[in-house]
Amino acid sequence: MSLLEVKNLKVYYFTEVGVVKAIDNISLSVRKGESLGVVGESGSGKSTLASAILRLIPPPGRIVDGKIFFDNIDLTSISEEEMRRIRGKRISMVFQDPMTSLNPLQRVGDHLIETIMTHEKVEKEEAKNRALKLFSRVGIPSDRFKDYPHQFSGGMRQRVMIALALALNPDLILADEPTTALDVIIQAQILDLLKDLMESYKVSLILISHDLCVVAEVVKKIAVMYAGQILELSDVNSIFNEPLHPYTMGLLGSIPNIELEKQELKFIPGFPPDMVNPPPGCRFHPRCPKAMDTCRVREPPMIKVGENRYVKCFLYGD
Amino acid sequence: MAGLVEHVGAIFSRRRAGRYTIIAGGLIVSTVFFMALFADIISPYNPIDFVAPPLQPPNKNFLMGTDALGRDILSRIIHGSRTVLTVALASSILSMLVGVTLGLFSGYSGGYMDRLLSLIMDSMYAFPGLILAITIAAILGQGLYNMIIAIAVVYIPTYFRMTRGQVLSLKEQLYVEAAKAIGADTKTIMFKYILPNLASTIIVVFTLNIADAILTEAGLSFLGLGISPPTPDWGFDLKAGQSFLISGYWWLITFPGLMVIILTIGFSLLGEGLNEALNPRLRKR
Amino acid sequence: MASLRAYIITRILLTIPMVFILLTIVFFIMRAVGDPVTAIVGAHAPPEQVVRLREELGLNKPLIYQYFDYIIQLLRGDLGRSLIWGKRPVIAEILDHFPATVELTISAFIISIIIGVFLGVFSASSYGKPLDHTIRFAGIVTYALFIPWFGMMLQLIFGVYLGWLPIGGRIDPKMYPATITGLYVLDSILTWNFEALKSSILHLILPSITLGIVLSGVYIRITRSSMIEVLRQDFIIAAKARGLPDRIIVFKHALKNAFIPVLTMMGLQFAILLAGAVLTETTFSWPGMGTFLLERIQYRDFTTVQGTIVFFALLVAFVSLVVDIFYAFLDPRVRY
Repeated sequence: MSLLEVKNLKVYYFTEVGVVKAIDNISLSVRKGESLGVVGESGSGKSTLASAILRLIPPPGRIVDGKIFFDNIDLTSISEEEMRRIRGKRISMVFQDPMTSLNPLQRVGDHLIETIMTHEKVEKEEAKNRALKLFSRVGIPSDRFKDYPHQFSGGMRQRVMIALALALNPDLILADEPTTALDVIIQAQILDLLKDLMESYKVSLILISHDLCVVAEVVKKIAVMYAGQILELSDVNSIFNEPLHPYTMGLLGSIPNIELEKQELKFIPGFPPDMVNPPPGCRFHPRCPKAMDTCRVREPPMIKVGENRYVKCFLYGD
Repeated sequence: MAGLVEHVGAIFSRRRAGRYTIIAGGLIVSTVFFMALFADIISPYNPIDFVAPPLQPPNKNFLMGTDALGRDILSRIIHGSRTVLTVALASSILSMLVGVTLGLFSGYSGGYMDRLLSLIMDSMYAFPGLILAITIAAILGQGLYNMIIAIAVVYIPTYFRMTRGQVLSLKEQLYVEAAKAIGADTKTIMFKYILPNLASTIIVVFTLNIADAILTEAGLSFLGLGISPPTPDWGFDLKAGQSFLISGYWWLITFPGLMVIILTIGFSLLGEGLNEALNPRLRKR
Repeated sequence: MASLRAYIITRILLTIPMVFILLTIVFFIMRAVGDPVTAIVGAHAPPEQVVRLREELGLNKPLIYQYFDYIIQLLRGDLGRSLIWGKRPVIAEILDHFPATVELTISAFIISIIIGVFLGVFSASSYGKPLDHTIRFAGIVTYALFIPWFGMMLQLIFGVYLGWLPIGGRIDPKMYPATITGLYVLDSILTWNFEALKSSILHLILPSITLGIVLSGVYIRITRSSMIEVLRQDFIIAAKARGLPDRIIVFKHALKNAFIPVLTMMGLQFAILLAGAVLTETTFSWPGMGTFLLERIQYRDFTTVQGTIVFFALLVAFVSLVVDIFYAFLDPRVRY
């Protein structure tokens, strides 16, 4: 029984230069308490996925096709008001840049109080107490409650964002590159915090990142996105030990290994595709070392290779 | 309100808007210029002669009616364009020459002179323009040239600040360059780089300055501190017609005032349009 | 909040040189731009009169002595005495006329902000659509509405043709309201004089609407561009992602952030407000400082004119200071 089910989703941006097919037919599901990582380069469509789930796609984009089911509710067809009640309460989001994601004129504590009071009929006093508890849960000293965002460091601000995401005990948290704007040490702290909270609150998590390693720390399942499509979907261990898709192999190959003495930094040749006119057939074929003739012409189907292991590649079938 | 937040989140920039404003503004401005240039030819009557019974409403002989002294208002309007344009242009050019020169000099030399000059200019800039013009005009007295000087002084700080600002930012950039290029003559390089960069901003400021100067000129004349009669002037005619307002003689003030507004709008549109065309705002994301 | 206090003190200290510069500029204009004595008595006055006047005004001393006299006098709060009629102290006469200007400027300011901010928000919300373009055009047009013309048109329509509103003055000439603050609307409320209240409000409507509309243009523009900037920012999307309703996002979060440039503009616009007030007062025969200044210019009352200009300068510096402090109060990032 899935908590979130995305079926054949297509999100296009209708811009002046053409129609950008940011998400072009993807499907995935997340169960209660499960964690999913979405990995991809910039332009792969991973960030659009988070916006799509919360129905916050900025114009000129919109959902063109497909469905998003959350707890059996079709998010693509409910009213704006119904969607608003879900946002922040049942599905919440942690954004990439905590500096710009907080209102510079509003005290940090007030962000929390306001969010709580928007969704639940509680007195300000009680909301404040809950907020303070959240603060301590994410590791922020309570004497910082009345401070303004600019008085915090990057890592602390991200903790505030996490506190905001947890404020109403959501069922699902979307984390869009939550550590990208932070330095490595703080990154580790935040990831640990996320893992910890996931466990104690039993909340489902979708963690989006361009960094495979970051994602691997936290989640159990990974979806690899490229050019608006999911190329591989597997559990963490399989992805690392037995990557199926050539793109995934390329991603893994380009991770520098600190233990090796000398190594050449391997990278995937070529450039990310033009999203207005993506390559025909398999979108990865121009850069794929294993491309076959059929890859240039036909789009590969999603092939089930094992228990909860899928890959979109002709190498594994037809 | 629903969809407001998403809608504004989009950046739908259309370049064509700038073009229409320039055309509209340019049309208005050139028409008035034409009027001023060929005033003697197109004007039906002499603007300072008493040609008809006074206070006649618009009719087929006097398309805009006659004023309290029996002069044809249309002719006064047409000739009035000369006064306004002369004063507005002359004062703007004067302001620009003085302001830009001082700004260049001050920005380049720096030091105490620069700081003192900036302080003076900033203080002047903060002071209400019209009131400053009134003060100067009050001491100098009525007259076309006095008005030009009074208005010119008011706008010098505008040019000064703009020029100095650009010079300062360029100085920063160039010192970095100069560190790399040994033996480069900063002075000549500065002037070679500054003028083209300044040009586009100056054009816009100049145009908008004229728009403002028109209002100031009309204001001074309205207050009796501008030209001396019987020179045709829109602001002056507005004042002259004020006493007859209560008796319903609307044509005395409607037409001169409208001309001030139309000409101001013309230069404003021109300036705004030029701004969009010459200084495109950087698009984010 | 210690940092706010430090900011206030620093800001006040910075105002002092600006005030000095302004006073010096006024001094310079009044003396060095033209001959003030000629300005007073004309070019053909008998020489004895000219000499006597020069002595009386201290204009025969070297310029530098005059300057020091001027500054010292000002530091004592003495703006000199009028040259005409009863030779009253200038400061007394200014204060007689000051409340009228205050009443007009405050009313006009409120109107300009209300119109400007609301139209600016609507314009931003219909970004790119016809309403947006219309409002933007209105923003350009309003500033071009030459105040005397606009005021007179309103007088014509509402005063002469429709007869709904009075066309001049502050209050029915037959009334002599008791004055406490000099602000007739406020005073009539304080003294329970409802006849005076009605009359003063009626007289206030046209002039403040005239000035208010003309000034609103710049607020329309700045509110609009500021709102568009703010609504694009990440924290707005983040707020929406938390399920906050649009109304709250726009009017509480966005507007408050967008308001900061508007506030800066208010400070810069004060000078324009004053200048506009002068024109409005002369158009509506409103007995404020504008009419007072022009009248004294006509009477060649040199000392009064100088004193009034000095007063204007001090007023501008003071308001600029207050606005900056309020700005720091509103935006916690600004304080030193």
